Amino acid sequence: MFTKFFFTLKDASIPVTLREYLTLIEALKAGCAEYSVDDFYYLSRATLVKDEKNLDKFDQVFGHCFNGIEFISDAAEVEIPEEWLKKLAELTLTDEEKAQVEAMGGWEKLMETLQERLKEQEKRHQGGNKWIGTAGKSPFGAYGYNPEGVRIGQKESRNRKAVKVWDKREYKNLDDSVELGTRNIKVAMKRLRQFAREGAAEELDLDDTIRSTARNAGFLDLKMRPERHNTVKVLILFDIGGSMDDHIKACEELFSAARSEFKHLEFYYFHNCVYEKLWKENSRRHTSFMPTWDVLHTYPADYKLIIVGDATMSPYEIAYAGGSVEHWNEEAGQVWMERMLNIYHKAVWLNPVPEKYWDYTPSVQMMKQLMTDRMYPLTIGGLENAMKELSR
Amino acid sequence: MKFKGTDTYVATEDLMIAVNAAMTLERPLLIKGEPGTGKTVLAQEVANALGKQFIEWNIKSTTKAQQGLYEYDAVSRLRDSQLGDDKVHDISNYIRPGKMWEAFTADESPILLIDEIDKADIEFPNDLLQELDRMEFFVYETQQTIKAKHRPLVIITSNNEKELPDAFLRRCFFHYISFPDQETMEKIVDVHHPDAKQELVRDALKIFFDVRETPGLKKKPSTSELLDWLKLLMSEELPEDVLRSKDPSKLIPPLHGALLKNEQDVHLFERLAFLSRREQR
Repeated sequence: MFTKFFFTLKDASIPVTLREYLTLIEALKAGCAEYSVDDFYYLSRATLVKDEKNLDKFDQVFGHCFNGIEFISDAAEVEIPEEWLKKLAELTLTDEEKAQVEAMGGWEKLMETLQERLKEQEKRHQGGNKWIGTAGKSPFGAYGYNPEGVRIGQKESRNRKAVKVWDKREYKNLDDSVELGTRNIKVAMKRLRQFAREGAAEELDLDDTIRSTARNAGFLDLKMRPERHNTVKVLILFDIGGSMDDHIKACEELFSAARSEFKHLEFYYFHNCVYEKLWKENSRRHTSFMPTWDVLHTYPADYKLIIVGDATMSPYEIAYAGGSVEHWNEEAGQVWMERMLNIYHKAVWLNPVPEKYWDYTPSVQMMKQLMTDRMYPLTIGGLENAMKELSR
Repeated sequence: MKFKGTDTYVATEDLMIAVNAAMTLERPLLIKGEPGTGKTVLAQEVANALGKQFIEWNIKSTTKAQQGLYEYDAVSRLRDSQLGDDKVHDISNYIRPGKMWEAFTADESPILLIDEIDKADIEFPNDLLQELDRMEFFVYETQQTIKAKHRPLVIITSNNEKELPDAFLRRCFFHYISFPDQETMEKIVDVHHPDAKQELVRDALKIFFDVRETPGLKKKPSTSELLDWLKLLMSEELPEDVLRSKDPSKLIPPLHGALLKNEQDVHLFERLAFLSRREQR
């Protein structure tokens, strides 16, 4: 019945499955939507979308499919009534007609009929942009007569309302491909928490209980032990200065708030690319720093490495010794990156620059290659994938 | 029988459709939304509206799926055996039915609320898949199958702290309670404080939405906080125009404690008030 709709949803990467589609059909059969469009919209939304981040995508697909179907199946019909309507509009405009109308039983009466006709129209072209979005208002409005009156009953019209609901796209900020906002950071943090905390507090230590009970001459002696907790250790490196300044605050907030969730969370700053020095306080970067070698030696290989940076720089800064913009580096950034990645197998690079621009910056490409493609955009979706990669 | 909201609960149309669809097809309904938008209350109100029994299962971080079905109290049985109690021969004496058992054996189809499912362990929803799907489970200790006499309407709320497994989601209807718009909010206020003066409500709502739109607030006030604040305002019998004053020195709404819940937000608000005062000068 709605196979096309279903597949368009799937193409829009909303995770819909056959089971949900069948549920929708079942619900329709059971009369849950009563054949009205906005009921159908609400019902299909409740059945097919299971996460608020997909609501916006769903609204778009719904609007698209909805209009598409109207245009394909009713293409012929659309043309005629529009003519008819235009004519009607012109009719209402001329003074002679108006006089005639008055004579025929009053303006009110005509408007009533018109309203009824229009409602009929709307029923046939439910939600079609032509009628409700554009033409619904415009044929009469454009002709300049009583725009209020000519919107005729649309305020009450169910279609109009439904179209409005999904055209408003009120779930836009829940979409996970948008950049991190305050709300989104919160959600992303929850993702980190999920990856950091698993298992409940206590469990029965069966072996020890049996042993102690036996030793206790058969009298029960319960032994509890703490359940194993996930002890995630994280080493974060922030790119700081220059183009990253806009993003760094958001990143810091993100990770410092997640701090309590990890057993160990260490962070260091670098500029553009990792070289032989890292530092903890940006204001004292030239006086109090930590040699990268020491960092590599201090934190063992079971730390997970997260690098946050825009990777936007001159390719020389990665590839050549002495390429750094700040100082003379004896060894190329590339060498240092490889050293780090050799130690920390679980590593990701989070990039606040939107993914679509990556291809235009050679240094991003190079860095991505160094990271063996483990570069993710700093969006909720990107974070999610990055966390998945780290916890694999 | 259809759910249409109650005297004390304003349901939007999309919510009604979701509830009714879940009821008709006897599938669980998953509710998400900002805190304070009435997720938990919904189940109670549905039960009230339809005159059904209401069973509530609050989930904590230590809750296990098995606890909702039944628990076998092996420890007290062991103790009884050592004390030589006769009860010990019948294992069913030590089976304690959980909330789902209770819901399955109710004489009339009840409303079962599984509140804040995301608090529990990440495997929790997976452990309930079969039970929610088939509405039956097997008690190993007594070799009996508990099957729902009438499939209960299961309403599940989540605060999004953990992601729920796909297999679980596929079996549910889903509704996201978005924050009510001004119109709906007026209805909600009307339902809770029918005796409030119209002007007071309108002014209060305006301030409320202004506060919500203040950028950088740590915690935006929610519906339940608005209702509390209104209750305070009404009991204080403030002079009529106090909410309407455009005087920037009074930019902080009276009794703001009910709306702003942490001192950073209050400071932020005071700073904004200060700035706007300076601009006026």
